[in-house]
Amino acid sequence: MILDDKLGSHADAFYNALMDCHAGLTEAQSHALNARLVLILANEIGDLAQLEKLLATARKTGSPEFSGS
Amino acid sequence: MAYDYAPFPYTRPPGLTQQEQRHPVVIVGAGPIGLAMAIDLAQQGIASVVLDDNNVVSVGSRAICWAKRTLEIFDRLGVGERMLAKGVTWKVGRNFHGDNQVYAFDLLPEPGHKYPAFINLQQYYVEQYLAERAQDFPDLIDIRFLNKVTYHTDHGDHVALDISTPDGTYTLEADYYLACDGAGSATRARMALPFEGQTFEEHFLIVDVEMETSPFGNHDTPERWFWFNPPFHNGQSALLHKQPDNIYRIDLQLGPDTDPKEEATEAKVTPRIKAIVGDTPFRLDWMSVYKFRCAKLDRFVHNRVIFVGDSAHVVSPFGARGGNGGIQDVDNLGWKLAAVLKGDASAPLIESYNTERVHGSAENILNSARATNFMTPKSPIEALFRDAVLSLAADHPFARKLINSGRLSQPCDLAGSSLQTPGDAPLRPGFPMIDAPLTGPDGPTWLLSQAQGAFTLMTAGTTPLPEIDKINRIGINQTADYPCFASVDGHAETRYGKDKIYLLRPDGHVCAVFDTPDTAPIIAAHDRALGAST
Ligand SMILES: Cc1cc2nc3c(=O)[nH]c(=O)nc-3n(C[C@H](O)[C@H](O)[C@H](O)COP(=O)(O)OP(=O)(O)OC[C@H]3O[C@@H](n4cnc5c(N)ncnc54)[C@H](O)[C@@H]3O)c2cc1C
Repeated sequence: MILDDKLGSHADAFYNALMDCHAGLTEAQSHALNARLVLILANEIGDLAQLEKLLATARKTGSPEFSGS
Repeated sequence: MAYDYAPFPYTRPPGLTQQEQRHPVVIVGAGPIGLAMAIDLAQQGIASVVLDDNNVVSVGSRAICWAKRTLEIFDRLGVGERMLAKGVTWKVGRNFHGDNQVYAFDLLPEPGHKYPAFINLQQYYVEQYLAERAQDFPDLIDIRFLNKVTYHTDHGDHVALDISTPDGTYTLEADYYLACDGAGSATRARMALPFEGQTFEEHFLIVDVEMETSPFGNHDTPERWFWFNPPFHNGQSALLHKQPDNIYRIDLQLGPDTDPKEEATEAKVTPRIKAIVGDTPFRLDWMSVYKFRCAKLDRFVHNRVIFVGDSAHVVSPFGARGGNGGIQDVDNLGWKLAAVLKGDASAPLIESYNTERVHGSAENILNSARATNFMTPKSPIEALFRDAVLSLAADHPFARKLINSGRLSQPCDLAGSSLQTPGDAPLRPGFPMIDAPLTGPDGPTWLLSQAQGAFTLMTAGTTPLPEIDKINRIGINQTADYPCFASVDGHAETRYGKDKIYLLRPDGHVCAVFDTPDTAPIIAAHDRALGAST
């Protein structure tokens, strides 16, 4: 699946806020924060079929056979 | 060929012999901002003395990217076409991650503009062309090289300056003191004004090389190439730009823990360049190592002392918002200061320069800081997110939008400032004008060339424009006893609509829009744009 832009003109502001959210944390704390964030965002999306597609998309991008695209 | 730095002549200033009459304006600093400021004022009949402690244009490689809005302002100042002719026009930017292109953008795919989205032109050419243009105003611009300002005092209704020259010291008085003395402004230091913001720990190596062969792969079209994790450089990022005279700008991120002195040597730089260009012969033209910061003054106007350009605000260069932001300062201040000095407006109009340009520079700082942060991850987790964005970007449009290698300079929207009368139109009050091609009695021309420089009423419809004192008029696709033009390819109507009347500021921003040609609301909007209290 191809993910179109929904952040619009707020893309940079969001990214900045995400970095600020991690500021000052140790790496372990940051990973824990990310995990909480994934769960929170998943709950906000709610739709299981949609979530499964998103999980597959994220997995596909990160997998080694895909990294050279 | 390397640029030939011809020194400007020094002449003994009259103030050494006897006290000069008080000048309306003294401009401290003959960088791009001070020079543009003097020309802008001279075009409105205001005389200035420009003092510079040096006698050559900017040495070495600094600003290279000049944005469309800057070129439109330079056009008004009479140097835009010369810069366009010499500059390298580019509009495509490519972002790479390692060897792979992840995203390309085209800055101005739209036809019907006199100037392109960007040109690259070395700062020394920009300053040379401005200095030469200033010579067209021998009675209004008095540039004094090797005149260093060592002290100033604001006496409420004027400013007194101490100046040192090769022949000794003298003093001057001026109604207004424009501090265009750059990032290290001694004026700012003397006044003990806080200049706060963010300093980035990273070092960047900036190199200019001259090469006959283009490094842009198998085509010769100049572009902006940016690499995250470049294959040829063990660092976070690299940037490549073409400049005139076959000079290429290469920026390499070096990390926080390097020795800047040692890095800026031929022995260190040559192998780094060879890693990029291979066996292609090149000449090193300039190299330096920088650390960047984003900072600004809280206020740019301090009674009779006004800060313009880098003295007021500095940014990291990703996004090219430094010099471009400063030229917008000039554009904003020029007509206001001239109106106050001519008695057409009162001093509070100058306060709107403060409001509008503090707003503009805050926007520039926000964008430059975000880009620099994206490029220089400060922690493993920031690096992780950045790499995640880059890996998603190959497939997903949303992630491409998150890649930030610099959000390139845009003119700012002044809708929030009190000079504008709120209203609705295709181009709303506060927005900078959008150019459009026209033809008139003297042949092809451009809307911006016709409209900028004075308050102007403009319409692209049939409504006749009323005659109002001190307001120019431009009709598009109509016939009248004021200047009228035909629109080319319908661009003007598309951009401005057919049923609106626009009141434009001398700096080419929309300040009010009207549905009918009634004079009373137009006069009220004009008064408001000149700072009359509302
Ligand atoms: C590596 C690098 C890349 C950049 N790239 C870009 C870019 O691509 N696009 C862009 O728009 N900007 C860019 N910039 C920023 C740009 O160079 C500055 O914004 C611009 O030079 C500011 O102009 P200025 O006239 O305000 O100051 P300056 O150019 O610094 O000029 C100040 C002048 O004041 C004089 N002066 C100082 N003190 C005194 C004194 N006491 N008495 C008399 N004279 C004095 C100095 O001699 C100098 O001539 C870049 C900067 C760097 C360092």
